Amino acid sequence: MSILVYTENWDGKFKKLSFELVSYAKALANELSTTVTVLSIGKVADEELKKLGNYGASKILNVADARFDSLDNKALALAVANAAKSEGSKAVVFAHNNLGKAIAPRVSVKLKGGMVTGVTALPENVDPFVVKKKVFTGKAFANIQIHADIKILTLAQNSFELIETDNKAVIESFDAGVSDDVFSTTVNETNKVTGKVLLTDAEIVVSGGRGFKGPENWGILEELADVLGAGMACSRPVSDEGWRGHEEHVGQTGKIIAPNLYFAFGISGAIQHLGGVNSSKIIVAVNKDAEAPIFEAADYGIVGDLFKVIPQLTEEIKTIKS
Amino acid sequence: MKILVLISNVPDTTTKIRFVDNNKAFDTSGVQWIINPWDELALTRAVELKEAGGVETITVANVGESITEPTLRKALAVGADDAIRIDTTPKDAFYVASQLAQIAKDFDVIMVGIEASDYNGSAVGGMLAELLNFNSVSAVSGMNIENGQLSLTREIDGGQQKISVKTPVVTIVQKGIAIDPRIPAMRGIMMARKKPLTVLPAVEAGEKTSYVNFELPPPKAACKMVDEDNVKELVRLLQEEAKAF
Ligand SMILES: Cc1cc2nc3c(=O)[nH]c(=O)nc-3n(C[C@H](O)[C@H](O)[C@H](O)COP(=O)(O)OP(=O)(O)OC[C@H]3O[C@@H](n4cnc5c(N)ncnc54)[C@H](O)[C@@H]3O)c2cc1C
Ligand SMILES: Nc1ncnc2c1ncn2[C@@H]1O[C@H](COP(=O)(O)O)[C@@H](O)[C@H]1O
Repeated sequence: MSILVYTENWDGKFKKLSFELVSYAKALANELSTTVTVLSIGKVADEELKKLGNYGASKILNVADARFDSLDNKALALAVANAAKSEGSKAVVFAHNNLGKAIAPRVSVKLKGGMVTGVTALPENVDPFVVKKKVFTGKAFANIQIHADIKILTLAQNSFELIETDNKAVIESFDAGVSDDVFSTTVNETNKVTGKVLLTDAEIVVSGGRGFKGPENWGILEELADVLGAGMACSRPVSDEGWRGHEEHVGQTGKIIAPNLYFAFGISGAIQHLGGVNSSKIIVAVNKDAEAPIFEAADYGIVGDLFKVIPQLTEEIKTIKS
Repeated sequence: MKILVLISNVPDTTTKIRFVDNNKAFDTSGVQWIINPWDELALTRAVELKEAGGVETITVANVGESITEPTLRKALAVGADDAIRIDTTPKDAFYVASQLAQIAKDFDVIMVGIEASDYNGSAVGGMLAELLNFNSVSAVSGMNIENGQLSLTREIDGGQQKISVKTPVVTIVQKGIAIDPRIPAMRGIMMARKKPLTVLPAVEAGEKTSYVNFELPPPKAACKMVDEDNVKELVRLLQEEAKAF
C-alpha cells in the first residue's frame, strides 16, 4: 500500500520542506506498518532524488515530464492520483504551501479520500484516524477525525523535525498517464525576485511596522537582515502605504510564516498581524510602547526606540559572527 | 462572462475564540459575522471587472443557515446581482463543495477565497473544481478580462506568473486580487433589498471528516524584557537560551 508523498522541486532542487514531508510520512508509515513512496514531477537529477531516501523514502516515482512545468492544477492532480492508485496508497501527504493547497483537495475528491489541511503533528490515533491542525488563524487547535479509507494530509511548514535514516531509495520512472488535452494553463511570463532570502523559506525573519514612520527608513532593517541572512517582512499598513512591496506583507491576509526567529520592530501586534506569525518558534518585539499587545505574543522584548536598537543589534551580531 | 463568487460567513477577525459543549463546538454567542476577507476582495475585483464592461452578471453563493443572509445582503450591496443560499449546516469542505457543484456548473469563472478564516481549510475551491471537472488556478493575485479572455496573475515561490487559462475555471484568490475591499454605499444597500436571494435545499452528500474537539493554545510564558541599553544581553539570550542562531 505505502504512503505517497508529493513534493515539488525548485529548479531541480528540493528544499527543507520536502525533507520535512518525507520525515513526517516515514513516521506515519511506521505507525501504519508500511513504507514511503515519493512522487517527483519535473526534471530532477538522480543525485537529488536520492536525498529523499535519507529521510525515509523507499521508492521514488520520477515523472521527468516538462509539460507539468505550467503547474496545471488539473493535470498535476491527475498525476498524483494515478500514482496513489498505482501504489495502492492509503495516505497521501502534501506540503501546506501554494502548490500543495492547490492540488490536495482535487486529489482527495479523485480518490474519495478524507482531507485535513495544515496538520501540525502526527495523528494522535490511527484507528480512528485523528489528527491536529490550527484553526481560527492560529487562535485554536482542532482534532479532526477522517472517516474515509484514504487519508489526504497537507503538512504545515516547520511543524515536523527532519529525521535522517540510513534508508536507500529506489528510483523508478513513472508514466503519469496524463494526456495532452488535460492541460489548459499557459504561462506567458514569469517574474522572480532573485538574490533575496525568500520569506517563506527564511529561518529568521526581521519585520517592520508603522513605527518606521516612512519608506525612507528601512536601510537599517535591510542591513540587519543581511547580517542575519534573514528574510524581510512588514505589517499590512506598511505594504498598503507602499513603503515596502506586497510580497513582504505578513499576517492573516498576507503571508503566513513560521520561522525559528521572528523580530517585530515598531509593530503593535494586532490580532490579524499575529495570525500570520504566531507559529514562529521565538518572537522578539521592539516597541516604544510598553503596553503594545505584541509583548503578549513575544518571548523577548525591548521597550525602546527601534531606530536606536536596530543598529546596535546589527553591530552586536556582526561581532559574534566574526 | 458570468462570474460566481463564493462567500463564506466567518467571525470578525478580532473575535475572541471560545468553545462550548465540552470543547466540541465554537461559541457563536456575541459573534459579529463578516464576509471572509478573501471573498470580499474577490467580490470587489468581480465588481471592478463588471464596471469595466467584461462581465455580464455576478452571483454570490453561500452554503449556510439563515443567519448568513445579512452577509449575503452585504455582498449584494457591494455589487453582486443576485445571491443563492443553500440551506444547510456546512459540515466539512467536501460537503460544502458538493452543495456548490449543483449551481457552479453554469458559470464561466468561479472565484473562491484561498481559505476561510474560521477553519482555515483551503479546500473548497479545489474540491469544487474537481467535482465539476473544471480546471483551477490557485494563489491568484490578479485577474483581467481582455477580449473575452481571462488572464491571471498567480503567486509562485519568490515571484509571480502571468498565465492564461481556458474557461470555465475555478480561481482561488488571495491578497492582491483587489487592493481594498469595497464598502457598500447607501445606494447599494437600498438596491440590495430588492435583489433576488434564492434559497435552495441541500443535496445528499457524505461528510468525510468531523471535529472531535477543539483546544486553546497553552498559555504563553511571560515575555522576557531586556533593557533598551542592553542589546548585548538580548543577543546573548537569543544565542544561549533560545538557541535561535
Ligand atoms: C480584515 C483585516 C485583516 C488584516 N490583516 C492584516 C495582516 O494580514 N497583517 C497585518 O499586519 N495587519 C493586518 N490588519 C491590520 C491590523 O489590524 C493592524 O492595523 C496592523 O497590523 C497595524 O500595523 P502596525 O503594527 O505596523 O501599525 P500600528 O498599529 O500603528 O503600530 C505601530 C507601532 O509602532 C510603535 N512605534 C512607533 N514608533 C516607534 C519607534 N520609533 N520605535 C519602536 N516602536 C515604535 C508604536 O508604539 C506602535 O505599537 C488587518 C485588519 C483587518 C481589519
Ligand atoms: N459555506 C460556504 N459557502 C460558500 N462558500 C464557501 C463556504 N465555505 C467555504 N467557501 C469558499 O471556499 C473558500 C475557502 O474555504 P475553506 O476551504 O473552507 O478554507 C472560502 O474563501 C469561500 O470562498
